[in-house]
Amino acid sequence: MSEAEPVTVPGGGEAPSFEEVSGNSAAELDPTAPPVLTVENLRMYFPVHATGLVRRKVGDVQAVDGVSFVLPEGGSLGLVGESGCGKSTTGRAITRLYKPTSGSIHYGGQDLATISARNLKAMRSEIQMIFQDPYSSLNPRHTVGAIVGAPLRIHDVVPKNQTLKRVQELLEVVGLNPEHYNRYPNEFSGGQRQRIGIARALALRPKVIVADEPVSALDVSIQAQVVNLLQDLQREFNIAFLFIAHDLAVVRHFCPEIAVMYLGKIVEIGDRDSIYGNAHHPYTQALLSAVPDVRQAATGGRRERIQLQGDVPSPIDPPSGCRFRTRCPIAQEICSKHEPPLMQIGRRHKVACHFPGRLGEHPREPLTTGLLGVNGEGLPDPGVSPSNDLVDQPGYADTWFDLDAKSIGRA
Amino acid sequence: MTASLTTSGTPAPFLEVDDLKVHFPTSDGIVKATDGLSFTLARGKTLGIVGESGSGKSVSSSAILGLHRGTSAKVSGEIRLDGVDLLTLSNEDMRLHRGKDIAMIFQDPLSAMHPYYSVGAQIAEAYRVHNKVGRKAARSRVVDMLELVGIPQPDRRYDAYPHQFSGGMRQRAMIAMALINDPTLVIADEPTTALDVTVQAQILDLLGNLQKEFNTGVIIITHDLGVVAEMADDVLVMYGGRAVEYGPCNEVLTHPEMPYTWGLLSSVPNLTADTNARMVPIPGNPPSLLNPPTGCAFHPRCGFRDEVPGQLCTTVLPDLEASARPGHLKRCHLANPDRIYEIKVLPEIAPELAKEA
Repeated sequence: MSEAEPVTVPGGGEAPSFEEVSGNSAAELDPTAPPVLTVENLRMYFPVHATGLVRRKVGDVQAVDGVSFVLPEGGSLGLVGESGCGKSTTGRAITRLYKPTSGSIHYGGQDLATISARNLKAMRSEIQMIFQDPYSSLNPRHTVGAIVGAPLRIHDVVPKNQTLKRVQELLEVVGLNPEHYNRYPNEFSGGQRQRIGIARALALRPKVIVADEPVSALDVSIQAQVVNLLQDLQREFNIAFLFIAHDLAVVRHFCPEIAVMYLGKIVEIGDRDSIYGNAHHPYTQALLSAVPDVRQAATGGRRERIQLQGDVPSPIDPPSGCRFRTRCPIAQEICSKHEPPLMQIGRRHKVACHFPGRLGEHPREPLTTGLLGVNGEGLPDPGVSPSNDLVDQPGYADTWFDLDAKSIGRA
Repeated sequence: MTASLTTSGTPAPFLEVDDLKVHFPTSDGIVKATDGLSFTLARGKTLGIVGESGSGKSVSSSAILGLHRGTSAKVSGEIRLDGVDLLTLSNEDMRLHRGKDIAMIFQDPLSAMHPYYSVGAQIAEAYRVHNKVGRKAARSRVVDMLELVGIPQPDRRYDAYPHQFSGGMRQRAMIAMALINDPTLVIADEPTTALDVTVQAQILDLLGNLQKEFNTGVIIITHDLGVVAEMADDVLVMYGGRAVEYGPCNEVLTHPEMPYTWGLLSSVPNLTADTNARMVPIPGNPPSLLNPPTGCAFHPRCGFRDEVPGQLCTTVLPDLEASARPGHLKRCHLANPDRIYEIKVLPEIAPELAKEA
């Protein structure tokens, strides 16, 4: 990293011309990249205690309930969903800020979910986090040098007398003036503070960075600066990003692969084209149709959109069967009885719905009956035996159920 | 600059803001949060004000509501609502207008509502201040209003407290509170920024429907150009306390003529854009309002200064003047913005549109 060039233009001085500030186009998917992080059936429950004298446990907030995915080396996976869907909790469980209730997180031959405290410290240097709020995630009483240097000191990676040099290199990499190491966070703007947070995350040369809403607290013009910086860093240091955001357009730009979460579960996961151009889950479709579009200005007025009624149900007592059924426009009886499995329907596309289909082309009959061993109403069907490979595997299989051809597709 | 500016095709304006200045004297000097802002708004129309934080968009709108009275702020200019200059009114007279003719929807409903009073009681208070009605009548009016904004079981929810509502419901209650006196002007300050996209869509639809029903003029303040594109008839882009581009929404967003607006458009990715489209940031940081840059406030961040002869950009503040298209005003020295936009900007940010053009 020491040979790194400054990536962006630090503030001040002559304004660069439009050509010089060239931004990045959307990131590309590398389907052959080996996985760096494999999350399997991750659950994170928070106990709810009764009020009163005897604070016995009365239930669980099922913040994350059985999430599986694979993060490829040097790639990025976007995690989108509404607030309360468990995307931040997933990120915090992976960085082991929380101890997962169950499930496994495979990284470098070890399971982070059950790792011992001693081994965890070593792993921590390889999985870092960028936080949402650049105001509360930096200690106001520490200088920038102390903040960025803290990981170096804790993990003892450079001799004490070289810490400053390394901090200055890091500041330069993220486009800050290296001479500002002696300043306090309050002397920087929001975008600059986020760069400090990024420098801190980079200090230990991590393999994986969990970026939890890294740009949502920033002004629009600054958001693009930070997204471009993250893209440059990813390319240069081959860092894998788990990019958590609620802004679907930013995620589309940054991540070649996206997982859509709803109430603690992944409802649809796939590559960019599958999710944004070929969504098969009614929730993904509603989410995409709700995003306001600048190009609407050319035609004027608001376009037709799928209206979701009501609010997200409580994760303490989620709906039976499919968790989206209470707001779903196409829900039927089977949805309240059985949870839809995350079924692979394309080379890199999985969806958890009994009636998967393009907008307006959802099938009338559930497609999951064969997998679940039930009939159309969700009652047990003696003629069909449930399929055993129902367990949601992280990653993608070589065969899938092709919905258009109604046959098994092969890679 | 001081002449009132009417956008073509709209009925006679009922709100006219003319050369509005809001200055805050501080120990370091005068902060010119808004420095000469003029716009008009007709009944039933929507004006979108866009800009970064610190561009003066919220300060200007709270001046319309008279929220700077009693502070150290120096407000000058004219704000005429139906012919009445709001800045010359006494505090008592302003109170009669505030909440009745002009209402505001705040960004964060949790901090805008009082946590100790029930939601219904707070809305009823807004109603009873301006209408001599009893408790019962006020309650039934509030329940009607809560129903109108789509809160289920409004009769029971009347007695609930703000923390018992979800974010979307609170914002609905805020809208009910703003609309309870049938105001002619509603100012929505980032009404959906704190909300999720699906809830944002619900709230924007609600706001649009209610606006049609009550023929309200709406000023919507946001940093999301998508929201403006879908909601607004006119759009005003602010930078450093001044309007830099102003005109009909479909005009300004399809043929922007000011590099700052180009920057705003290029720095937000788009759901349907070509994946080859680049996300080009605006370099640098928003300007200081204490010591604003000389000349054009945007010049330190502008990538097109070379196109303007001499030192014009750094020395002379451009006027907000008419462009080639009717009703479209811009504050920029560039002589041929359309050509630069098509040749240099569009191929970068929207390759597929550039090919069509």
